[in-house]
Amino acid sequence: MLAYRGAEPVHAAHFLAEAHALAAALPPGRHIINVCTDRYRFAVGVAAALLAGKVSLLPPSHTPEVVRHLQAFAPDVFCLTDSADCPIDLPQVQFGSLAVGASAWAVPSLAAETLVAHVFTSGSTGVPVPHPKTWGRLAQCVRDGARQLGLPAGTALLATVPPQHMYGFESSVLLPLLAGAALVAERPFYPADVALALSALPRPRALVSTPIHLRALLALPQVLPAADLLLCATAPLDAELAREAESRFGAPLMEIYGSTETGQLATRRTASERPWRLLPGVSLSLESGRAWARGGHLEQPTPLCDELEMLPDGRFHLQGRLADVVNIAGKRSSLAYLTHQLLAIEGVRDGAFFLPEHTAPGQTGVTRLAAAVVAPGLAASALLAALRERIDPVFLPRPLLLLEHLPRNSTGKLPQEALRALTAPRPGP
Amino acid sequence: MSMSELAPTLPPTLETGATLEGELAELIVAALNLEMPARQIDPEARLYGEGLGLDSIDILEIALVVSKHYGVQLRADDAANTQIFRSLRQLAAYVAAHRTK
Repeated sequence: MLAYRGAEPVHAAHFLAEAHALAAALPPGRHIINVCTDRYRFAVGVAAALLAGKVSLLPPSHTPEVVRHLQAFAPDVFCLTDSADCPIDLPQVQFGSLAVGASAWAVPSLAAETLVAHVFTSGSTGVPVPHPKTWGRLAQCVRDGARQLGLPAGTALLATVPPQHMYGFESSVLLPLLAGAALVAERPFYPADVALALSALPRPRALVSTPIHLRALLALPQVLPAADLLLCATAPLDAELAREAESRFGAPLMEIYGSTETGQLATRRTASERPWRLLPGVSLSLESGRAWARGGHLEQPTPLCDELEMLPDGRFHLQGRLADVVNIAGKRSSLAYLTHQLLAIEGVRDGAFFLPEHTAPGQTGVTRLAAAVVAPGLAASALLAALRERIDPVFLPRPLLLLEHLPRNSTGKLPQEALRALTAPRPGP
Repeated sequence: MSMSELAPTLPPTLETGATLEGELAELIVAALNLEMPARQIDPEARLYGEGLGLDSIDILEIALVVSKHYGVQLRADDAANTQIFRSLRQLAAYVAAHRTK
């Protein structure tokens, strides 16, 4: 079984027929932004792009600012959507009903070097940076991963993450297409919906999720449906939470470490082990204080955005993010990039993003960023609206402080401590 | 189940509605660390996206709060399209119609 849509199983032959039908209907442009929210349609879109010799572009967000940059990167880009009111300002192709004939299609064989996608990071200067992903490397990565994760053959993979980011792309789309799992089209959001959708799937079944959603699921009072595997990525998971999840779902929880640049690199069973195990053939090295990964499915040595402590047996501990890198709800950016976007708004004289010190994370475990701005005559609401055009909403500052001047020191520098002091709790009245 | 099926059929009385709105506003401001007094939330303003500016993580956070305080488990398939999060008033009406505690 290749996929489930609601209670409907979808066979590989039908998937291929739909991919061929869609490929024939796509416009001539060679680059496609696939924003289908239905995971099955997204996968058909990726397959159709491959059949038609096109490349999928997977940006970190779809703000107007990012879309403008993608259009500069690939002027022939168009957007494949399954939403009637898709706001993306590009030529659009609606994923309509596909007329599928009776012809039987052979499973296509793709050369290992076939370019499947450019997955983008936000970059530090305002221009999204493309990371090319080829068929052979992606296949090696997810097949090695499936073995190391102990994924039972034919597992139905229910995911709470979108298919358009690297983790969701690998774990909810490529594992089914390349490693014998089954894709689940729906992406339930509310905890009660996730539990119900999981319970409706045949076993073996697994949940592909994040610390945020696992926390929310464990807050449900009812008995949770049994699973055969839990996958978690995007931000480090607490060992206690991992143990509780294992006990309530009756399944091992495997955490995945990776990045947009590298794809998945390492795994651990968080409930019982702290060190991470690298995928086969991948190795790490420290160069000028920065950790690099190479080998295995990696095309080239790649610097990482985390501080790692390497252990003698080849495993490693994650120590934290590099200075300036922020990760909010699994989305990575840098304070420099966000500040650059803030300063680019007309009417902003000075400004900076920073990590506030004193805000407590909510029940979902998420802490937000703050920003201080000097923008005489601009209201907070106007600034937020302008930022919304440029950055992913998870990075919108909370609070956004409007000041007459920033706490710069005598050399003009802006110490993080001085910024944090701005959000320190004030004594009550 | 679609969101339209979930919409409450009877509006709560004005008095209950207003009290519950105030209570929910307090819970939301506390849960999300919003830097504003609860009474400043316009009961008719959109909670999601423009308006109060909440995103899907906030919506998940509110879902947890509402489940804990009122025994209401929110259901939908896409947080962005929910009627419930149109406004504080819609959310209060939904909670009033479905609360078990």
